[in-house]
Amino acid sequence: MAQCQTESHLAAPAKQNNLKLHEHTNKITTAYFPTTKNPPPPHTSGNPISAFDSPTTHMTRNPDSEPEARKPTRTGMRLIVPLQGIVQGRGGLLLGSLIPCALVYFFQVYLKRHRSSNPQSPSTSAENLPELHRSSSRANLLTRGSIGRVHVSARASSIAKPNDSPYYIGLDRVREDPYDEMNNPNGIIQLGLSENRLSLDLIEEWLSRNLSGSMLAEGGDDLNIRGIATYQPSDGLMELKVAMAGFMTEVMGRTVSFNPSSVVLTSGATSALEILSFCLADQGNAFLVPTPYYPGFDRDMRWRTGVELIPVHCRSCDDFTLSIKALDQAFNQARKRGQKVRGVLISNPSNPVGNLLSRVMLYDLLDFARERNIHIISDEIFAGSTHGNEEFVSMAEILNSEDSDRDRVHIIYGLSKDFSLPGFRVGVIYSFNENVLAASRKLTRFASVSTPTQRLVVSMLSDTQFTQEYMKTNRERIKTMHDLFVEGLRELGIESAKSSACLYCFVDMSRFISPYNEKGELELWDKLLNIAKINVTPGSACHCIEPGWFRCCYTTLNEKEIPLVIERIRKVVETCKLSG
Amino acid sequence: MAIEIEKPTVGLSKVAVSDTHGEDSPYFAGWKAYDEDPYDELCNPSGVIQMGLAENQVSFDLLEQYLEKHSEATNWGNRTSGFRDNALFQDYHGLQTFRKAMACFMEQIRGGRAKFNPNRVVITAGATAANELLTFILADPGDALLIPTPYYPGFDRDLRWRTGVKIVPVHCDSSNNFEITPQALEAAYNEAESMNIKVRGVLITNPSNPLGATIKRSTLEEILEFVTSKNIHLVSDEIYSGSTFSGEEFVSVAEVLEAQNYKDSERVHIVYSLSKDLGLPGFRVGTIYSYNDKVVTTARRMSSFTLISSQTQQLLASMLLDETFTANYIKTNRERLKKRYQMIIDGLRNSGIECLKGNAGLFCWMNLSPLLEEPTKESELILWKSMLHEVKLNISPGSSCHCSDPGWFRVCFANMSEQTLQVALTRIHDFMDRRKAMKTSN
Repeated sequence: MAQCQTESHLAAPAKQNNLKLHEHTNKITTAYFPTTKNPPPPHTSGNPISAFDSPTTHMTRNPDSEPEARKPTRTGMRLIVPLQGIVQGRGGLLLGSLIPCALVYFFQVYLKRHRSSNPQSPSTSAENLPELHRSSSRANLLTRGSIGRVHVSARASSIAKPNDSPYYIGLDRVREDPYDEMNNPNGIIQLGLSENRLSLDLIEEWLSRNLSGSMLAEGGDDLNIRGIATYQPSDGLMELKVAMAGFMTEVMGRTVSFNPSSVVLTSGATSALEILSFCLADQGNAFLVPTPYYPGFDRDMRWRTGVELIPVHCRSCDDFTLSIKALDQAFNQARKRGQKVRGVLISNPSNPVGNLLSRVMLYDLLDFARERNIHIISDEIFAGSTHGNEEFVSMAEILNSEDSDRDRVHIIYGLSKDFSLPGFRVGVIYSFNENVLAASRKLTRFASVSTPTQRLVVSMLSDTQFTQEYMKTNRERIKTMHDLFVEGLRELGIESAKSSACLYCFVDMSRFISPYNEKGELELWDKLLNIAKINVTPGSACHCIEPGWFRCCYTTLNEKEIPLVIERIRKVVETCKLSG
Repeated sequence: MAIEIEKPTVGLSKVAVSDTHGEDSPYFAGWKAYDEDPYDELCNPSGVIQMGLAENQVSFDLLEQYLEKHSEATNWGNRTSGFRDNALFQDYHGLQTFRKAMACFMEQIRGGRAKFNPNRVVITAGATAANELLTFILADPGDALLIPTPYYPGFDRDLRWRTGVKIVPVHCDSSNNFEITPQALEAAYNEAESMNIKVRGVLITNPSNPLGATIKRSTLEEILEFVTSKNIHLVSDEIYSGSTFSGEEFVSVAEVLEAQNYKDSERVHIVYSLSKDLGLPGFRVGTIYSYNDKVVTTARRMSSFTLISSQTQQLLASMLLDETFTANYIKTNRERLKKRYQMIIDGLRNSGIECLKGNAGLFCWMNLSPLLEEPTKESELILWKSMLHEVKLNISPGSSCHCSDPGWFRVCFANMSEQTLQVALTRIHDFMDRRKAMKTSN
């Protein structure tokens, strides 16, 4: 049965066709039993409980620290209405009797779990968000009748939920108790934010040399406000597109020449990714994403688009490299479920592992995409932050000769990581597909780069001598920090995943967790946060299928702080039971 | 002959291929004509004059003067960490000083008659993003917002394209100066209900685009009563609030709420931006001010997709907190806009053309219905085309604003010099003379 496609942009929420059973049971079971790779029929005991154990994966780059009370009664209504349909015997005797019993049991368990945590499991292959796609009319039944509060959309309801994920809790704790060498030496050291603070001094120097410390890069003494104040093309000034294309060419090794006309500028890579998601997929469609992946993808690709992410698990025994076989399996399973896969989303260099995709893998990926006639989104935002000997290869590079497949490849870039300017909100969509470019350009009206910022960035990026020196020095500094950190961990007997890039490493602490599962991982995370006083990102937040891995960013530290961090880790792991 | 097997092209989404972006409408067609043949005083004196773009260029000198005198506003700050902190700042709460500055500025515009709490200010890259974001939050796909006509043509795209939300128009007409009535609101609501569409809110623009007039206090109170009785939201786009010709006539919904002690205020949200009042559309500075905590939290998180550059926030924060500057700017800007408005009204009147009595905005609402062959949309478009190709003026036809009375046009006057405006008025005068001559000779 073909998946119900939503009508253009004016439609009811997408119907979930993950379990091909009676419509009513379908609705309830998809609400409470997130699909797994082999979805069990609802009248077996399946174990839905584990699905609700894990923390939410609503990771944003910017945590919000305002707690809000949940309203558990809302879920009650959502169950009762469809249950009536069952009870009215539409499902037949077997379904009509067995299922309500099973459901009442699971309903109680669900309510209990749902109150305290957000139901998302990293091990499900299809993210089923009960909040996002549920027919909003059920939520309305409640909001209308009982409280009389004014309604907010289903999309808003899910986003407004309190942040109970370790990612946010950690960032909040750092904010409350930040480490400071002088004033707060026992504070929490931040290793959970993928920011690069190593080379900002170089940019500061450049600013004082070239602009005398001014923010406004006008040139001359004429502060021509008119030039930057008025309406500009929403997809960016041509000068910035030219400068950015040149910068990308430089950063990615000069093996491919980026064309300014294929550059679309957006207010940050977050916006770029969302715009691409809107362009390439309809509500209810899906992207395959290798795990572990950047927690922000769940927000960027899904929140407002209604698109889903299907994790494709990679394992440490393979150095977390992607297997085409696994991609293929995931694709086929999605197809069997009636879920339309529109593309593959990769990050290269990858977040959180920090490894690079090989040239061979990129070619294989392209073959895979061609055979299935789907897109590839390659998030290459860390392309310039390599520190190893491995060469970074952009998707753009392998396309030079493969003209016919250019239409399916889209690259994301930005200045937040390589150039340390996350606050300026400068992101890039680079596509070879004219139609995608045309649609994206129009969508940038919702996410444009501020013109004074564009002007400033143009002058910085146009100074190619500066950018080359900057990239070279920056890489050296990242390498120094990386080597120091990895070596320090190694002295504790802790290994990290092989990585040649990025601002962090993916560390294996699985020996120290007990039990060997997500619960154990979170317990260790908690100890690291509250006893060792360091904030790191647990692998479960990145949908990693193996428990015990943690992403540790070291580019927010200085060299002196590394031994301190290692020492703190040592104290904690020494007290941990070694499992297995 | 070989038959070519067409390779399947990789598909795009419905959003990507839909035409809800509306760029094929006359509103944008006129812009294209202008782009191809733009007026220039020296180089192209017979080119198309752009009167379809609501941009404020009358007060740039004030901004330039300020920036020249206050170099500390354009520096990263004396602290060594000024640039560094700013470059790393990507918190979706926005810079505290910037939010305070926006709240203060909004208070000043309203003559202190309403208070704004900086913690309720959510930043977005422009009012376009703010309106879309609110729509995502307040309505589900398939739901509707009620919008009084005539309305800003961009709403069709901004509020509907990606959100999947519908617009149901609330019909207003010239019989009562296009004022919004409770009957019209009720009729629109019922129309939506009859189509099984859930109405989630009313969106008003105050001062109105394209009317160029403020909404009366009594009307605002009626609208508030209406949304309260239906338990729906009210979005008040007050983007032109600083562009009123006098300080007293504009009443913000914030003032009405304050007068009733913020009862039922959780359904009200205000959109603001610096694109019109300050003439800084390129800066992409928009805000949502909501009286609803959940909306504030959600909007803040969603604003991750549309944050204002930290550099821009820093730059504007000190400028907007300088009350001497802002008081003078607001006052001078108002005077200049009023002068422009008077100039165009007088010029049009001399040509025998009347406009709706306006008191705000960067445009006037011109009545050319007496010139129509027939009182239809088609006649209006024919007239619009002759204005574009014969008179060489790009003005916005009322039909693109969903106006139910044909023959009305929005004419912008603040995006050009006084000389250019004079040229435009002369062209209109000549055009009207020619028509009179044609009529008498027939």
